[in-house]
Amino acid sequence: MDFMKHHPKLTSFGALLIAFFLLVALVPQNEANYLWRFPSLIAWLPGWINDFAEFLMFDFMPVEIYDPDLEDYETSALLREITRGFSGAVLVLIEFIRELLIGGRKTIVFFTSWDFVSENPWAVWPALPWTVVTAGAVILGFALKGRGLALLAGVALTYISVFGQWEPAMQTLSFVLVAAPLSILLGLCLGVLAFKSRAVESALMPLLNVAQTMPHFSYLVPVTVFFGVGDHAGAIATVIFATPPMIRLTLLGMKKVPLEVVEAGMMSGCTNRQTLFRVIVPTARRDILIGVNQVIMQCLAMAVIASFIGAKGLGYNLLLALNGLRIGLALELGICIVLIAVVLDKLSLAWANKQTDYFADLSFGQRHVYLLVFLAVFVACVVLAVIGKLILGEGINYLYIIPHSKGITTEWFWQAGVDRMVENWYAGLQGFNRGLIVNVLQPMKKAYLAMPVSATFLLVMGVGYIVGGIRSALTVGSFLLFIALTEWWDRALITAYMASFGVIVSVSLGLILGSLCAQSQRASNIALLVCDTFQTFPSFIYLIPVIMLFGVTDTSVLMAVVIYATIPATRYTIEGIRNVPQHLLDAGMMSGVTKLQRWTKIELPLAFPHIMLGVNQTVIFALFMVIIGAMIGTEDLGQYILKALSDKQGIGNGLMLGLCVAFIGLTVDHLITRWAKDRSSQLGLN
Amino acid sequence: MNLFNPKAVVTALSVSMASLSGAAFAADSAEPIVIPTHNWSSQVVMAYVIGGMFESMGSNVEYVPADSQAVYEAIRNGDVTISHEVWQSTFGASFYNAMEKGGVIDAGTHEAATLEEMGVPSYVIENNLCPGLPNWEALKDCPEVFATADSDGKGRWLEGPQSWHGDLMPVRVDALGLGDLYTVKFAGGADAIWAELESAKKEGRGIITFNWTPNFTDAEGFVFLEFPGYTDGCRVADGGDGACGSPKGWLKKAANYKFPKTHPAAYTAFSKISFTTTQIGQMAALVDVDKLSHQDAATKWLADNEAVWKPFTE
Repeated sequence: MDFMKHHPKLTSFGALLIAFFLLVALVPQNEANYLWRFPSLIAWLPGWINDFAEFLMFDFMPVEIYDPDLEDYETSALLREITRGFSGAVLVLIEFIRELLIGGRKTIVFFTSWDFVSENPWAVWPALPWTVVTAGAVILGFALKGRGLALLAGVALTYISVFGQWEPAMQTLSFVLVAAPLSILLGLCLGVLAFKSRAVESALMPLLNVAQTMPHFSYLVPVTVFFGVGDHAGAIATVIFATPPMIRLTLLGMKKVPLEVVEAGMMSGCTNRQTLFRVIVPTARRDILIGVNQVIMQCLAMAVIASFIGAKGLGYNLLLALNGLRIGLALELGICIVLIAVVLDKLSLAWANKQTDYFADLSFGQRHVYLLVFLAVFVACVVLAVIGKLILGEGINYLYIIPHSKGITTEWFWQAGVDRMVENWYAGLQGFNRGLIVNVLQPMKKAYLAMPVSATFLLVMGVGYIVGGIRSALTVGSFLLFIALTEWWDRALITAYMASFGVIVSVSLGLILGSLCAQSQRASNIALLVCDTFQTFPSFIYLIPVIMLFGVTDTSVLMAVVIYATIPATRYTIEGIRNVPQHLLDAGMMSGVTKLQRWTKIELPLAFPHIMLGVNQTVIFALFMVIIGAMIGTEDLGQYILKALSDKQGIGNGLMLGLCVAFIGLTVDHLITRWAKDRSSQLGLN
Repeated sequence: MNLFNPKAVVTALSVSMASLSGAAFAADSAEPIVIPTHNWSSQVVMAYVIGGMFESMGSNVEYVPADSQAVYEAIRNGDVTISHEVWQSTFGASFYNAMEKGGVIDAGTHEAATLEEMGVPSYVIENNLCPGLPNWEALKDCPEVFATADSDGKGRWLEGPQSWHGDLMPVRVDALGLGDLYTVKFAGGADAIWAELESAKKEGRGIITFNWTPNFTDAEGFVFLEFPGYTDGCRVADGGDGACGSPKGWLKKAANYKFPKTHPAAYTAFSKISFTTTQIGQMAALVDVDKLSHQDAATKWLADNEAVWKPFTE
């Protein structure tokens, strides 16, 4: 009795479990029984969404458009003309930046016409020699931060060029240079709006939740229907994916600005606008910068997926290489993507952290020294490229652009490595693979599928009630209800089984790795760098070696999930533990705790709320990767999302399936956030 | 009165223009022809080959990477102009779906006969892992050769993603009476199948996968299983019992419905294009075997085979 009094939550949780298992045991497995499976009452919805989208796109508010090529009028829909106009604008921007870097004629076409370009073969804009771009990046790095950044930029761009990946890398860069600023701007504006108005905030939050948990595969088809295929479509899908964290972090940063700072601004007579842009935004800089960092990471993480709908560059070449099983080549391409991410990230951080010296009294030459140096370098490099052209004639001019296939390559080395790995490890891993599948995965999957829908509801809503009262119970209940009423409940259960296995392993690994690394500042920094690298490193690359080792099985999918989902678990554990106040650790030390006690009694409990945020991210990452696991071969929601790419009802099915995945994520997210909030207020951390 | 009636303005404009551009009426537009590139070699090389042919005729060409299933929707909407490798059993569904909605036209068929069928790498036969293959009846005696960790002791058929042919293979397994011995696993994509084939080859273990020809696996040796012959109506969808193999399939070309009107000459050439199995194999081999880049492979192929492609463009 005493136990129940002291631990009311634990007791009710126990009771909940008992009721859950009773339901599992008692409800007969019979499709007609509503306690076993709900009828798919909203199976018509995907078709309806599909028809609605097509109506909007092709029939709503028809306008007559003259087609000069057909010399005839065509009926089009207003919305279609608007979205196509918008994508045209984005495409022009991308092409403009791209042609500045690697030349071309689309920009000239934009100002003249295709006829003009066809008739005047000289009308081609020349590429910048790679030496100019590299030198420019070095100078920029030096101007913004100093020698270290200059070195990083120089090494990265030289690597890309020498390995013959210059053109695809610049294609990717031009698309990121449009998508990232768009996301940052959009995120900043929406963040400020949400900060200014509660109504906007509460309208925005559910949208953000869904956008952040919805797998990117599921909106590829809608994006192609509304915006077409090409670099612009890739950029738009990337913006949808990359903006939510920016909005969130902007809002978070601005909310944390102390009232005193705002008041100081007001006392100096700031207008509303000045308070916002001169006081609040600069003070919130730290969080906003984390947002910028996230946007850049997300943009490059999308490089491969965006190539499904037409983005050119490294991502597309990577898919091609993987399809020919050229893992070595794919790896080199992956490294290029990571390098671009790191350089862009560091440059943008340095730029944002640069303080303007308002009192320096400089001459024109002093103020523009870097620009002048760049101009000199520009002329020198162009002259070099021209000399190279004169000497080498029709041969390859290495001082201009090193073509795609003429760079050095270490492909054979990586290829041999992968081959040896497969040869040496295959036999040894088969026992592990079989054991895992037969003893753990298949029973777990069967158990999930044997769960009556009533039992699932009882368990999830019950946990919701214990954690956050009736409101939480109803929230998570409605998420589940949506999934249960579609025809994909069984598929969702399989997704849930794979994601929960992935989360359990990832969180355990992340806790251990994170705790170990957090013991020293240096190890933490290295671990965080590794996390950044793996987050942008295209996950598709390790799908192939994993398939070679484990076959087209759930083990392969889960390996990929664990590699990817351990990142946030580790990152947040490190941050949480490193942020435990020093005086508490000192106090512990004085009371004579051992290392183990310090970990279990001080660090983990205090870092708990932050770690829970990490767990939250782990769930989202795991769900994402389970969906991408459809590329290996799964039977869950992901396979159906992939199938939606060729479905008649592609838009509707894709979106609905995406929502199902999002709602699984949001259910877990809701429960964890509530619980973490409770815990941190109990610990007095707020 | 509506001052901004675009129709009136444009009509007035085009009347005045017509006198100037009357001669140019039949010529191909200078707007670029958009050719999609997918993720397998022969398709990408052929894209650059066809692009090169169009360019030799004076057209502007643009290449855009696209998903091989989603591309038909893009052709329908006019974002992509053509597709030059429409495989019957893999993309037939997407192709006809888009055609049904309107906007896609059938631009003829390649000479190449394709086969898309379950099969085994040739070492399975050479090493006699399952005596009697490639005749399908032999499968009855050796499911264990093809068993995997997750197949419950049954033999496994590794089929392409469900989006390619739905439940065709599971139905066939049951219809042939192999249901108790074999199970069908859907792979996520072509790469997954290649990775499994590669790993099986290293081990010399038995494997049954979906594959097609012409394909780069032809070079390494791949043998298709011999199922009961295909007849019209033998599939479940056509009222049969499903106990039959795949037909010799077609390889079609598709185009946006405006293409013949905007680029009449290029369209005529495109509709004439007909590559054979050998030619497609050559294009793929330049990349997969000779390790050329896709563009270089196309340039080389065009230079070596002028006799083949010149007639198409005339």
